Amino acid sequence: MLKRLFLLTVLLVPAAAAMAEEGESYLSAHTDITNTESLQRGARNFMNYCSGCHSLKYLRYNRMGADLKIPPADLSALMFTSDKPFDPIVSAMPADSEKWFGKVPPDLSLIARAKGTDYIYSFLKGFYVDNTRIWGVNNQYYPNEAMPFVLQPLQGLQKPVFKDEVVDGQHKMTLTSLEPLYPGTLTPEKYDEFVRDITNFLDYAGEPIKAKRQSLGVFVILFLLVFFAFAYLLKREYWKDVH
Amino acid sequence: MAAVPGSDPASTGGLLGWIDQRFPLTKLWREQVSEYYAPKNFNFWYYFGVLSLVVLVNQLVTGIFLTMSYKPSAAEAFSSVEYIMRDLDWGWLIRYMHSTGASAFFIVVYLHMFRALLYGSARKPRELLWIFGCLIFLLLMAEAFMGYVLPWGNMSFWGAQVIVSLFGSLPVIGGGLVEWIRGDYVIADPTLNRFFALHVAALPLALIFLVIAHLMALHEVGSNNPDGIEIKKLKGPDGHPLDGIPFHPYYTVKDLAGIVAFLIIFCAIIFFAPTFGGLFLESPNFEPANPLQTPPLIAPVWYFTPFYAMLRAVPSFAGTQVWGVLVMGGAIVVLFFVPWLDRSPVKSIRYKGPIYKIALAIFAVSFVILGVCGLKHPSGIYPLLARICTTLYFAFFLLMPWYTKLDSVKPVPTRVT
Repeated sequence: MLKRLFLLTVLLVPAAAAMAEEGESYLSAHTDITNTESLQRGARNFMNYCSGCHSLKYLRYNRMGADLKIPPADLSALMFTSDKPFDPIVSAMPADSEKWFGKVPPDLSLIARAKGTDYIYSFLKGFYVDNTRIWGVNNQYYPNEAMPFVLQPLQGLQKPVFKDEVVDGQHKMTLTSLEPLYPGTLTPEKYDEFVRDITNFLDYAGEPIKAKRQSLGVFVILFLLVFFAFAYLLKREYWKDVH
Repeated sequence: MAAVPGSDPASTGGLLGWIDQRFPLTKLWREQVSEYYAPKNFNFWYYFGVLSLVVLVNQLVTGIFLTMSYKPSAAEAFSSVEYIMRDLDWGWLIRYMHSTGASAFFIVVYLHMFRALLYGSARKPRELLWIFGCLIFLLLMAEAFMGYVLPWGNMSFWGAQVIVSLFGSLPVIGGGLVEWIRGDYVIADPTLNRFFALHVAALPLALIFLVIAHLMALHEVGSNNPDGIEIKKLKGPDGHPLDGIPFHPYYTVKDLAGIVAFLIIFCAIIFFAPTFGGLFLESPNFEPANPLQTPPLIAPVWYFTPFYAMLRAVPSFAGTQVWGVLVMGGAIVVLFFVPWLDRSPVKSIRYKGPIYKIALAIFAVSFVILGVCGLKHPSGIYPLLARICTTLYFAFFLLMPWYTKLDSVKPVPTRVT
């Protein structure tokens, strides 16, 4: 009975955790924090296309350079707003940029931790033409967002496909998918890689120690397993005379 | 008794002898450790006491180091945590040890308390031991709540907003009380500052004091065991219990193995899943506190969700929400009465009948379901589930005097098995 009770609890906990984990359906980013080349490309893409408006104020240039193995010369080419490598990555946006966009472009240091990599990847792929919006675009994954689609020259533009449903006697338009309206300079595959690299980089920026933490963890666990073997043998030796 | 054998100061020499003549070091060691006789049949469930102690020490030590770099002000708190995570050498490890330790604390304490329900550990002569334990649990909840506010993330802020406003539902004094707790008209800098003071000084001190009292009471009455038998009743010619073995070295080496096994799981979480899928560190808390932007769903950390679900399960009545608060408080208060609610002639579930076994199983399942309900948006099936499980939670305790008396029992052996 006891064992069954315990088993039941043990089985229930993961089930409960799984139940707790549902949410919006995003595209899968499939990023890899250990892929340094992808992170380097992501850093370059971010600096060229995002950092004009978005800061990474909790990340310093030299930390990024060291972690991503970016040579000093290449690093200084990416430093648009500062000439001191220990400075944090801060955009040139003035504080009153709220007047331009309706909100100050948010700092993205922790976006991957707050919203997840799948969200970032989906967001960057989710822009579609919508002439009711001030910038002419809307987003499938963040409706009525405030950002102009700065990657439009690369991806081109997409158009929405709606499904007309009748709910409670009223017509309701639901966005089902996006279709290309006109192409950009990158092929769809290249564009996916482009935003995946940015996503990967933002995952890194959210927790710069992440890759090292995981590789260190392997050794910690191995050490503890060996420790456990000896601790268990010690216990068995002492308990020989307990009957 | 004149003295514990060997506690005569003359029997130790050198530096130890010098100390023993002035401070009962050897005496304490013998009474509390090397000649503290514990039942020899402890099972898996008996690790969680020592593990609570391990986690407590972890929280104290990592907490002290975090305090050295953390800034308790609304303007700097969030950034100072990121400074710890990024710029401070090994700061990330200290912070994850502390944040994972908070969840680990509740896991081991919940299992430790469940053990007491399994084997009747709360019952005479261990009532006071249990009450000290319940007080520790209560303080631990306060400690964890205030600690969660300190990073000043958006969930910290809104969690504090919800929990502190609960006191506002109390009649007459509610409004003034909430203002007094916050030190402001809203959750703000003064609130953060006083929560910091309570979290790092007042509550840890009280916790340490209560843990010492808990251990003193334990060593006075002796440990219970999975058979629920008092081993002190049968003593050998040497005056030691026949079914007892000295805590040191037997349980020190056994606990060492248990602690290492625990550390394997603990470190696996720290190094590979420190947020534990958003359960140990919630995603909205990676955004700074923002009084103008409520998170889509305000959910407390997982260890509070069973009680939070009870709070939400109770509808407002007679124009006030206070009933939910009372039910939530009652869920803790009822724990204190367990030693007197159980009327079974036997202590351990091994010798209790099917009614108690089924009741305990239903209780455990209800508690887990309540935990899930508390994490969810209160819509669909969840409010109904929470109401049913809240009822079952209280039924387990309040009907205990009757069903434990009705239940059949098996004969209890005189020696442990």
